[in-house]
Amino acid sequence: MKKYTYTEKKDTRSGFGDGLTALGRANPNVVALCADLVGSLKMQNFIDENPERFFQIGIAEANMIGIAAGLTIGGKIPFTGTFANFSTGRVYDQIRQSIAYSGKNVKICASHAGVTLGEDGATHQILEDIGMMKMLPGMVVINPCDYNQTKAATLAIADYDGPVYLRFGRPVVPIFTPANQKFEIGKAVMLNEGTDVTIIATGHLVWEAIQAGEELEKQGISAEIINVHTIKPLDEEAILKSVAKTRCVVSCEEHNYLGGLGESIARVLAKNNPTPMEFVATNDTFGESGTPEKLMEKYGLSSTAVVDAVKRVLDKK
Amino acid sequence: MGLEELERLCTQVRRDILRMVHKVNSGHPGGSLGCAEFLVALYNEIMTLEDGFDMDGIGEDLFFLSNGHISPVFYSVLARKGYFPVEELNTFRLLDSRLQGHPATHEGLPGVRIASGSLGQGMSVALGAAQAKKLNKDQRLVFSLHGDGELQEGQNWEAIMYAAGKKVDNLISTVDVNGKQIDGATDEVLPMGSIKAKFEAFGWDILEIDKGNDLEAIVSGMKEAIRRTGKGKPVCVLLKTEMGNGVDYMMHTHAWHGKAPSDEQLENALAQNPETLGDY
Repeated sequence: MKKYTYTEKKDTRSGFGDGLTALGRANPNVVALCADLVGSLKMQNFIDENPERFFQIGIAEANMIGIAAGLTIGGKIPFTGTFANFSTGRVYDQIRQSIAYSGKNVKICASHAGVTLGEDGATHQILEDIGMMKMLPGMVVINPCDYNQTKAATLAIADYDGPVYLRFGRPVVPIFTPANQKFEIGKAVMLNEGTDVTIIATGHLVWEAIQAGEELEKQGISAEIINVHTIKPLDEEAILKSVAKTRCVVSCEEHNYLGGLGESIARVLAKNNPTPMEFVATNDTFGESGTPEKLMEKYGLSSTAVVDAVKRVLDKK
Repeated sequence: MGLEELERLCTQVRRDILRMVHKVNSGHPGGSLGCAEFLVALYNEIMTLEDGFDMDGIGEDLFFLSNGHISPVFYSVLARKGYFPVEELNTFRLLDSRLQGHPATHEGLPGVRIASGSLGQGMSVALGAAQAKKLNKDQRLVFSLHGDGELQEGQNWEAIMYAAGKKVDNLISTVDVNGKQIDGATDEVLPMGSIKAKFEAFGWDILEIDKGNDLEAIVSGMKEAIRRTGKGKPVCVLLKTEMGNGVDYMMHTHAWHGKAPSDEQLENALAQNPETLGDY
């Protein structure tokens, strides 16, 4: 098992904020919008450096999505910022008609996704956003795993012409992605080559998958670990290539198993190479208040849950 | 364009609307007919436009139709302005057409900059475009059109609050006040009180055009609206129109909001609007 270590932990939202600051300096067409969550989205540096390119919308997410769509008419590249819950479910029809169907170059940047939002509870912990966004024709869906990857993804989506949903989170997590790693939309990252099982993870679950891989190695199980940061378009080639070798899969995501990454992988496998599969995801439930760590444990999203899922899928092989 | 020429264009646009919805036995003739004079005046007398169509519209005025169901009048006015061949009006609502039931950019129809139809979204989009113009130091204006019933959608009030609060004064939003929506009179479906007082309370500059189907009144009213831009407030035009205007049996009722005329009714309606510029 390849060794992954870290010297620092940071929140992925800070990766977004720092990426946005870099874009502010590099690309004069980048503009940012926020619905009263500047601090949470780490947008202050961008605002300080580019006050004329920032639009404080107030607590009015529907209006923010529409304004972002309008700003593209005139050549701007708008980045909207609010919590994942208010970035998707609250404004689904606005995104559908004014951005996706209209093919507008808007980047919907969503923080505090999943249960790791923590103490605020289920009203704010969306576990359905990947599903909603991936169903929209033409929408790119990205869920990076750490600070460096989120920053790189933020830079990369500015160069891509079309609507993007960028999902990240609140808690501090280990930084293990190299700072200079290029972010390629739709291209999975191979973290560890193995032979017994393929573990495909996205977002915060990537670190859990790495830890699970280390534990499995102690037990004599060789895990291939793939970081799928782009859920749509999905890197089908990487998945099928790995599965041809290991012949079983565990998907890992901080999202409902309905509509998430796991279902996208299952579709690819069912169509091309039916393979035993297990899902590490929330079980069609809402979240609740608690610390991120306790919530990950209770909702079956920890490295232990990944190890257990691998055991189950190996039994089916 | 002279007044007489505008009148002739309006008559032809009314014929286009009626023939389009009749052919596919669907669509929204009532609101389309009510806004024929407004859109004809806007595109031919009020807005400053560049030749051809460019999505970004740098250096020209922009228009956003928020109440997308009146697509027949929008398409006719765009075609007659030269954005696409008038013959294409024949394809309205048919398979593989660029003229979708509600306006869309998806098929690349020149003249359309945003999809609309799901109501209440157009003012936000117009605000974004207006702010892009300011960033680009583009002096031209952004126009938008909304139904009065459409104002029941909450997103409008987010946009109305924002526009005044952020002093988006290069925007002229017109509300088609015809007092009717699908289920009946707006005041019966959901009494909205004074639209004027509401816009005033939110901090807009309001201008009323009482004769919203009178070309002269529209042209002078909209020229006044333009004079009021750039003064720190968004401008709202309350345009009082008659749904179904120009076809006697379609007026003074909400019955023709979303219903196409029969063969006989079409003949009657066309007789009231004799051909002026040539049918498509």
